Amino acid sequence: MVARGARKVRWRVKFEDEPVPGYPLPILPGHTSPGRFERVLRAGGFAVTTELAPPDSADPEDVYRRARVFDGYVDAINATDGSGANCHMSSIAVCALLTRVGYAPIMQISCRDKNRIAIQGDILGGAAMGVCNMLCLTGDGVQAGDHPQAKPVFDLDCVSLLDIARTLRDEHHFQSGRKITFAPRVFLGAAENPSALPHAWRAQRLAKKVAAGAQFIQTQYCYDLALLRSFMVQVEDLGLFGKVFILAGVGPLRSAKTADWMRKNVPGMFVPDALVTRLAGAKDQAAEGRSICVELIQKMREIRGISGVHIMAYRQEESVQEIVERTGVLRERRPWFPARDAA
Amino acid sequence: MYSVRLWSVRHARGLNSFYRSFEALLLRLNPLLRAIGHDRLERPVAAVEKAVKGLLFDCRMCGQCVLSSTGMSCPMNCPKTLRNGPCGGVRADGNCEVKPEMRCVWVEAYKGSERIPGGVAAMREMQFAVDQRQQGKSSWLRVVREKSGGA
Repeated sequence: MVARGARKVRWRVKFEDEPVPGYPLPILPGHTSPGRFERVLRAGGFAVTTELAPPDSADPEDVYRRARVFDGYVDAINATDGSGANCHMSSIAVCALLTRVGYAPIMQISCRDKNRIAIQGDILGGAAMGVCNMLCLTGDGVQAGDHPQAKPVFDLDCVSLLDIARTLRDEHHFQSGRKITFAPRVFLGAAENPSALPHAWRAQRLAKKVAAGAQFIQTQYCYDLALLRSFMVQVEDLGLFGKVFILAGVGPLRSAKTADWMRKNVPGMFVPDALVTRLAGAKDQAAEGRSICVELIQKMREIRGISGVHIMAYRQEESVQEIVERTGVLRERRPWFPARDAA
Repeated sequence: MYSVRLWSVRHARGLNSFYRSFEALLLRLNPLLRAIGHDRLERPVAAVEKAVKGLLFDCRMCGQCVLSSTGMSCPMNCPKTLRNGPCGGVRADGNCEVKPEMRCVWVEAYKGSERIPGGVAAMREMQFAVDQRQQGKSSWLRVVREKSGGA
């Protein structure tokens, strides 16, 4: 990915502290991680993140191929951890591969498959391999996936997990109290679903996550902007602006039929009837889905307290570039990718 | 039993004040409990606790009861055993993602918490993950030990 001879030159002409890909950036004051994603958010940039579906394969090239489609359009890439309770390459392995060439992955940690011993080991291991961002999740129930016969673990819930990760980073010890010698320098995130019941309590739950250690939030798909707006008002009322960066979740709907299937079968996903009707009436439904996504992002950007968007384009990953381009949210900014500074 | 569990949330206020008096009584009886020995009492008390709370709340005997902080809706009945609020999968009808025929225990918990004095504030407190070693042990005796300062 990097031509050796050019390395020194590039070092100087880009970020003044641009590292060799795969090496950490210096940690700026007020930052907790040596990563690009935290830098973009703290600098006030409107961040764009997306999701990489880990392959059902042991070939690293499958991971790189999936990452390359986002080149130049996203600030960080989530590597899902058995999303939907389906078996795939592990999040920590995908992240390790991505950090080797300098990408900024967000390692997802679900409480479904591992107990606190395994999870704390992964936090240290991930950070050692250059992972700067970790998203602490509860995880989908096993009944949703391809191994419903599996044992659900849920030794922790996402709030306890955040607390444990923050303790490792800031207090340098395991939950047991045993000291660690070098703390994981990570930017910690959590998820929230502004569309799910009970609406009145969603922001309260977010406050708990922030108190436990969440520094950024990526929400579930928000197709109902009225719900998102009222959620954000509650978040502001709780005094959370400035304490946490919120990225609104969004994604292109392929067709009216998929939208309807998803809202019936994907846990926590709500799509208003008006959107399904609009898709059904379009000549090219997939293109209409992308247009809806573009419009949503542009409107989300205007909502107070929203610091970015998280685009989940499952099986339509190649559409992310076009969507981001059309929204114009990046302005002149071109997020880093391995080949950006070449030539 | 599921229907009794829902009844308990509807009567969270009464059950909570009953428990408060019961806890005060146990605390007053603690010198006697100590004389007999908490270790010796552990099994019979846990058996009674399991029977009573099993009937009222479908109690799972996690040994770290938080019913007063969760509107009398036991969080261990959540298929993900979440102790800090609902996951993002709650269905539009307020039922569980994993068990569609069951009310989300957290949707119930919020309703119950509004019936308990201080219940809403208690819901905002962070509950750390359970200590698996306490599974099957009496929460009542543990509370008495903690509140009386004894080990």
